[in-house]
Amino acid sequence: MSLGLIPNPFMTSESRRESMAEQSAVELQHEVIPRLQEIQEKFGYIPQEAVEWLSSQLKVSSQEIYGVATFYNHFRFNPPGKHEIRVCLGTACHVGGGEKILDTLSERLGIQPGETTADERYSLERVACVGACALAPAVLLDDEVHGRMTQRSLKRLLDKVDRADKKAAKGSDE
Amino acid sequence: MTESEKIEVLVCLGTGCESAKSDLLYDKLAEQVKKKKLGDKVEITRIGCHGLCQQAPVIAIEPEGLFYCQVGDDDIAEIVTSHFIKGEPVERLYYESPEGERIPHYKDIPFYSKQHRVVLKNSGHIDPGSIDDYLAVGGYKGLERALKEMSPEEVVDEVLNSGLRGRGGAGFPAGLKWKLGRNAPGHKKYAICNADEGDPGAFMDGSILVADPHSVLEGLSICAYAIGADEAYVYVRHEYPAAVASLKKALKDSYEREFWGESILGSKFSLQIHLMEGAGAFVCGEETALMASIEGRRGMPRPRPPFPTESGLWGKPTVINNVKSLANASVILREGWEWFKSIGTEGSPGTAIFSLTGKVRNTGLVEVPMGATLRNIIFDVGGGVKEDRTFKAVQTGGPAGGCLPAEKLDLPVDFDSLREAGAIMGSGGMIVMDETTCMVDVARYFLSFTQQESCGKCTPCRMGTLQMLRILDKIREGRGEDGDIEKLLELCDTVVNGSLCGLGQNAPNPVLTTIEYFRDEYEAHVKDNTCPAMVCKELVKFVIDPEKCTACGACKRICPTGAAQGKKDVIHHIQQDLCIKCGACYEVCPPKADAVMKIPAHSELAREIGGAK
Ligand SMILES: Cc1cc2nc3c(=O)[nH]c(=O)nc-3n(C[C@H](O)[C@H](O)[C@H](O)COP(=O)(O)O)c2cc1C
Ligand code: FES
Repeated sequence: MSLGLIPNPFMTSESRRESMAEQSAVELQHEVIPRLQEIQEKFGYIPQEAVEWLSSQLKVSSQEIYGVATFYNHFRFNPPGKHEIRVCLGTACHVGGGEKILDTLSERLGIQPGETTADERYSLERVACVGACALAPAVLLDDEVHGRMTQRSLKRLLDKVDRADKKAAKGSDE
Repeated sequence: MTESEKIEVLVCLGTGCESAKSDLLYDKLAEQVKKKKLGDKVEITRIGCHGLCQQAPVIAIEPEGLFYCQVGDDDIAEIVTSHFIKGEPVERLYYESPEGERIPHYKDIPFYSKQHRVVLKNSGHIDPGSIDDYLAVGGYKGLERALKEMSPEEVVDEVLNSGLRGRGGAGFPAGLKWKLGRNAPGHKKYAICNADEGDPGAFMDGSILVADPHSVLEGLSICAYAIGADEAYVYVRHEYPAAVASLKKALKDSYEREFWGESILGSKFSLQIHLMEGAGAFVCGEETALMASIEGRRGMPRPRPPFPTESGLWGKPTVINNVKSLANASVILREGWEWFKSIGTEGSPGTAIFSLTGKVRNTGLVEVPMGATLRNIIFDVGGGVKEDRTFKAVQTGGPAGGCLPAEKLDLPVDFDSLREAGAIMGSGGMIVMDETTCMVDVARYFLSFTQQESCGKCTPCRMGTLQMLRILDKIREGRGEDGDIEKLLELCDTVVNGSLCGLGQNAPNPVLTTIEYFRDEYEAHVKDNTCPAMVCKELVKFVIDPEKCTACGACKRICPTGAAQGKKDVIHHIQQDLCIKCGACYEVCPPKADAVMKIPAHSELAREIGGAK
């Protein structure tokens, strides 16, 4: 069984199977987080069915898997909106006014961090530092970093997304 | 210009520049160069963080060492025709000093000339995606020397002699850790690179992994050889997709060139390296929690001893080092311990790397010899406080660190001096604060962070930080009472002494230092119900000066709640019960009107015009 993301070049599939039988419980437990990451990558969240499937694959109870998954901030258990907005609240961004950006977004979208709008268009999250501290405050929109955010550039950014979505919706209607 | 003097254009794709859309610049440059058929004269290379993020996006032109700042989409055509074709550089894109002077070469910009780059030497100068680039600057020479000329014990001694102290925060001597790992009984051992970079507001480790990943992998292989490990892990922060991608590429390339794998460089030493992405838990930067996470469990720290060198990953002896510690180890093995020891101070040899951010003019990645003062870093390299405001404090060490005031600016930066002053070296976050930063708010920020990230295993940390947070919230909201500050200090003591791991033991540091150095600010909140920096939401109000308002409607258009109200040609006002104090109106009110004011919520003025309709 491959450990982590780089395939283990030393192990043939034969010896892999042997070693799995040998220390399976430990090895399988080790797989929990990488597999959860793959699931989230694929679905955007961790569906309950996926946990049950994973539990049967790794022979680790679903309670145990949930126990691990809920410990880490990265995993989410409800589907994200069409656009994911993440506001950086790392130190540099906090000092640079990130909190106010979050307040405005929360007000404008009508949701709290961690929630998705009723029309499923937006979800709002907070993150602690994305590495763009030198250009604080930073906002991630669909994984694209926008630095030096101001109230004005924030409004422009959202207006642009709204316009693009409206246009796309109109296009598909016709 | 002759054929041999190819122009090399280095486009920075560090996180700062990338967020300023430097990837589009790269594409556009490539397109223009192709269109103008300059392919054999101009070579475009992607680089990792060059350092001066403030000027993002930046482009460096080698071999002259020219430096273009804040390059826009529409500057590309001019760079190509003027510089590459006619040979006339675009002077208006040079760095502009605060005195208004244009500086063409980056080596002459004080931000760079006042640094001493050892670990960051390659960052921004080589293509991180090319192992040949790394080899061309002496890469993997340290590993080669270790494997071909030295026994593992000699490698341990080399690092021991260098005096290298761990760069992950605590400053534990790396050589000693390696020696303990080497001497631990057993055949199975692990080496781990801690690339979790949990400090929220620091980006050194991530930048190094993007800009120079092989230097870290080389150090990891050297460490594994020294301690006798045949497996190693790199545990990297998930929030850094660029670092993850860079590591994957570097692992693949270095494996193909036999810098890890079976019989490395023809020696008897074999090493298997695995990559694991974290999942967003700050506490997993702590070594025992990190190992629990690799094992696939909840990332909870456990009491030490036993230390990881005795019983670490899966109970086996394990040596875990920070990204920068390992990158330093590569340099030490390449250049020798005497050379390394000649830099920095007696007790802390080598350099210190900081990500300099906040209210400082030149934000970016900085490397200085240990023993440089805070003033050197913030004023000489950093260019001083932004917009000529007054320096108030500098924060180092992230949530475990402290805030130091102007009186401490001449403190030399090394592991011991900073700890003595109440802050810590930490992993390298350095945030500059000016008079517009509220120290109570900063202390509360860090505490709310540690409180949320507390794994919950021990009570002093879980409950103590929560109680402290409640008091800080009270103070911040203007509900503070006499005795609250003393109560905070008492709780700090309990949490410091009662917590299981470094998270809890250090969590009170931001509170302790802000009370020690900025007690008057706490008292202003408690006694006068005012926030001197005008940051704490409950203690400020936004109002419109009716004398100055031109009814332009800018505030009304941007207000997210409809609190800013008014009509064409009618003076605007802010409906206080709708206001969430986001400050948008304050930001957009045109400077010539300057009608929106931020005022203390409990002032005479606020009573007068604040409520007026
Ligand atoms: C709460 C907490 C968080 C930590 N986070 C990190 C981190 O993000 N990166 C890191 O290298 N070390 C971190 N450390 C320190 C590690 O436990 C460990 O000391 C370090 O990785 C050892 O490497 P070094 O000797 O090279 O410094 C953290 C410690 C604590 C208590
Ligand atoms: S603090 Fe926001 S990007 Fe680092």
